[in-house]
Amino acid sequence: MVFLDFEKPLEKLYEQLEKLKQVGEEGIVDVSETVKELENKIKNTRKEIYSNLTGWQKVQLSRHPERPYTLYYIREMSRKFVELHGDRCFKDDKAIVGGLANLDGQTVMIIGHQKGVNTKMRQYRNFGMANPEGYRKALRLMKMAERFDIPVACLIDTPGAYPGIEAEERGQAEAIARNLLEMAQLKVPIVCVVIGEGASGGAIGIGLGDRVYMMENTWYSVISPESCSSILWHSWDYKEQAAEALKLTPDHMLEFGLIDDIIKEPLGGAHTAPEEMAKLLKRQIKKAISELQEMSVEDRIEARINKYAVMGVYGTAEEDSLMTEKENQ
Amino acid sequence: MGWFKRLKDGIQTATRNKKEAPEGLWYKCKRCKETSTMKELKENFFKCPQCNYHVRIGSEDYFGLIFDGVFEEMFMDLRSQDMLNFVDLKPYKKRLDDAYNKTGLTEAISVAKGKVNRRPLVIAAMDFSFIGGSMGSVVGQKIAMAIDHCRENRIPLLIISKTGGARMMESAFSLMQMAKTSAKLSQLAKHKIPYFSLLTDPTTGGVTASFAMLGDINFAEPEALIGFAGPRVIKETIKRDLPEDFQTSEFLLEHGFLDFIVDRKELRERISDLLSFFDV
Ligand SMILES: [Zn+2]
Repeated sequence: MVFLDFEKPLEKLYEQLEKLKQVGEEGIVDVSETVKELENKIKNTRKEIYSNLTGWQKVQLSRHPERPYTLYYIREMSRKFVELHGDRCFKDDKAIVGGLANLDGQTVMIIGHQKGVNTKMRQYRNFGMANPEGYRKALRLMKMAERFDIPVACLIDTPGAYPGIEAEERGQAEAIARNLLEMAQLKVPIVCVVIGEGASGGAIGIGLGDRVYMMENTWYSVISPESCSSILWHSWDYKEQAAEALKLTPDHMLEFGLIDDIIKEPLGGAHTAPEEMAKLLKRQIKKAISELQEMSVEDRIEARINKYAVMGVYGTAEEDSLMTEKENQ
Repeated sequence: MGWFKRLKDGIQTATRNKKEAPEGLWYKCKRCKETSTMKELKENFFKCPQCNYHVRIGSEDYFGLIFDGVFEEMFMDLRSQDMLNFVDLKPYKKRLDDAYNKTGLTEAISVAKGKVNRRPLVIAAMDFSFIGGSMGSVVGQKIAMAIDHCRENRIPLLIISKTGGARMMESAFSLMQMAKTSAKLSQLAKHKIPYFSLLTDPTTGGVTASFAMLGDINFAEPEALIGFAGPRVIKETIKRDLPEDFQTSEFLLEHGFLDFIVDRKELRERISDLLSFFDV
């Protein structure tokens, strides 16, 4: 088990539990009552820690090394899954995966960022940072889904689109922009879920949809807290403050009307009960798809565009000067 | 939607201090270090008379260079709000006030309607001097309103980008402006209204990765910095030096992301030519 810094009280309790169980195995003393007590204590401590997570702690949880990634969820949710590779132009990006899946009888094109599960695989998946061909593969699969009237689900989990020479040469910006334009007009339902990190353009490049959800311990922002700290505070040391200032947690995002709902995670985070998490995710995706399938294509596209058209907060010159007067009084 | 109307004679009679172009009598070129008079610089379309370096200019300058004299500014009433109470080393509210005072502008983008060789055109032009030309809610909303106006009145749209990207102080609201502007542009395309995107120095980040790259025709001024990630970030990531012409207009043209590069002297005529091809 991997414990994050704010989970330290839990780590101690787990150590005690281990020791106690060893004693129990020796069979000299009956420890079952004490084990029960300790397990209860663990549960309560966990509840306490998790009931009040800061923005930065959610960022840490979203990056937890044991957290499930896209391919885990797809395989866990679907009876059948065929992964489809390549953008048909340049190559197959390993940081974005996709394919046809069967969710209890409903065919869905599932696309998502993919991170690696160990050191070697993390390199192979480029840490979930896609190149332009990743976004173009995603678009190819979406357009194919559109031809066959198959709904699309996008799972978002990236620290950002990859900043590299080749990425720029092949048009990282164009690839993301093109996806936004095409996703706005896609004729089939699109359901997006932030399952981990939702960093900036790299996230929204597969993130425009009829419904956008966030899992409970994830974040969505225009910039990572680290980069924000480096640019605005001129130092890498203010990531906690940046995470708070950016208001990047699901609660804030829902309050701002920028997402449609939050998918609760098992207590302690998705990684503590991945199968249960997959069930919750599947339920939400299926529910959204069946609601969206009730709408006509035209209505759905119009509603989708209108949803984004109202995003933003602004005032008028008059309101501004009234505010200034008030402050000066 | 009560937008402000204001008529005037273009660049010579600008009523507010809205120019990013240098003020004063003399101009010393950033690149060749040669000195010329401001008069020479202006007569040369804000390009260095010695080396043709395209000096960074503001929205009002572009309106003056492109429109047939008279133009009408739109949506001037919108103001940014500090909805997140964002504080870094400086509160966002203070940043906005400083920007108002420093630039005389009300946002990082201005929209105006006018004519180019008697053909109607709406221009949305960004100002880098206003918080780095960053895109927040107001920039997104002004673009959305410009698109609606173009759609309802069947007028082509030109957006002139000059930006460091999305505005961090509005966090996810800024990010969502990428989706918002792109979604609105998809409606414009459906109505067969042409959208021209002019990328100028610099155009990076979330703006490049949304409306700036989505023109029916994408074009740029010479030697502009254009990219998704900033050069510093890329250098730090890959830990080696970047190629000489990396992320310049010429680099983007070579890699197939621009239709052409245009010298500022020919800008107005080129736009006029483009407009003549589209029967809106
Ligand atoms: Zn010069």
